[in-house]
Amino acid sequence: MTRLFAVVVIMALVTYFTRAVPFLFFSNKKPPAFLDYLQRYIPPVVMTILVFASYKDIEFTQAPFGIPAAAAGVLTALLHFWKRNVLVSIVGGTAVYMVLIRVL
Amino acid sequence: MESSPSGKRRILLAAAFRASIPVLLGYTTLGLAFGFTLVAAGLPWWMSPLMAVFIYAGAAQFMGIGLITGGAGLFEIALLTLLLNARHAVYGLSMLEQFKKAGTWKPYLIFGLTDETYGLLTTVKPPAHIEQAGFYAAVTALNQSYWVVGCTVGSLLGSALAFDARGMDFALTALFIVLLVEQMRAVRRFEPYMAAIAACALALFIAAPRDFLLVALLCAIGFLALLRTRLDGRKSVPASPQGPQGEGEAQ
Repeated sequence: MTRLFAVVVIMALVTYFTRAVPFLFFSNKKPPAFLDYLQRYIPPVVMTILVFASYKDIEFTQAPFGIPAAAAGVLTALLHFWKRNVLVSIVGGTAVYMVLIRVL
Repeated sequence: MESSPSGKRRILLAAAFRASIPVLLGYTTLGLAFGFTLVAAGLPWWMSPLMAVFIYAGAAQFMGIGLITGGAGLFEIALLTLLLNARHAVYGLSMLEQFKKAGTWKPYLIFGLTDETYGLLTTVKPPAHIEQAGFYAAVTALNQSYWVVGCTVGSLLGSALAFDARGMDFALTALFIVLLVEQMRAVRRFEPYMAAIAACALALFIAAPRDFLLVALLCAIGFLALLRTRLDGRKSVPASPQGPQGEGEAQ
């Protein structure tokens, strides 16, 4: 119980900190050039790593060979390239995944 | 500030509500999925509204469920939250100017700067004669209310119904994929993605599984540093005079 509260407090503070950083440090001056460069390319890098991390523990050598996660992931990406609707992409991908892990 | 403040407030709220409708659909659904997942993982239902009110970060909250049930330490939780939400710092960099005049709303606008809210605030304009700060605050508060409602209803339904939520946690993977696709639309260079994949492959070999994210991110930043001249075209960016306001930067 206490641990749960501690986790919420810490995650809340850290999340607020990440959102406040630019306002704390760069309200009155330009960010250094290297940081300005990094901030443009960190988001694509982080999202690639997070997607990779979501798949790295899947067992691809045993049935169902990671097919549910792979198929649902491809579907999510295709849906999003096509419709660009966050809701449709996430709900569609997750629903297909939930069905596939039950039938495969 | 003129004749009919209540009429203005109505216009402001109506415009903010119209702008927020796409987020209404997305946040209630994702919030429901979050609530279901949280209860299915064995956590008490009230954790869901608690996290929605005070943390208000979808991906981090989903990750938090896994970290809590997996017995992660508080330091590890803090570090991973920092990494996962580092992208929000980027949003702030481009909102510095817009939030400058936000006055008392500023701390809340910063708190509510999620992926979707950032996306909205950068695309919608307040109606004529409506002050921007109030409009921004209304959009932000509406968005968070959708998230809180979704998370709360999800965890209540999840504890009331015998629902087989197995696999619903794929919503987090799907969210990451959606955010990645958004990045691929915005950043049309292949190098950052290649650098990230190379960093992941490297981290698989050199890092313990629990340190994977941290090591992969550090490696990727190292690769980005090496790629700078290639990605950044301009050799040396002339540092503009360090004036009190970075005008013209935010657009």
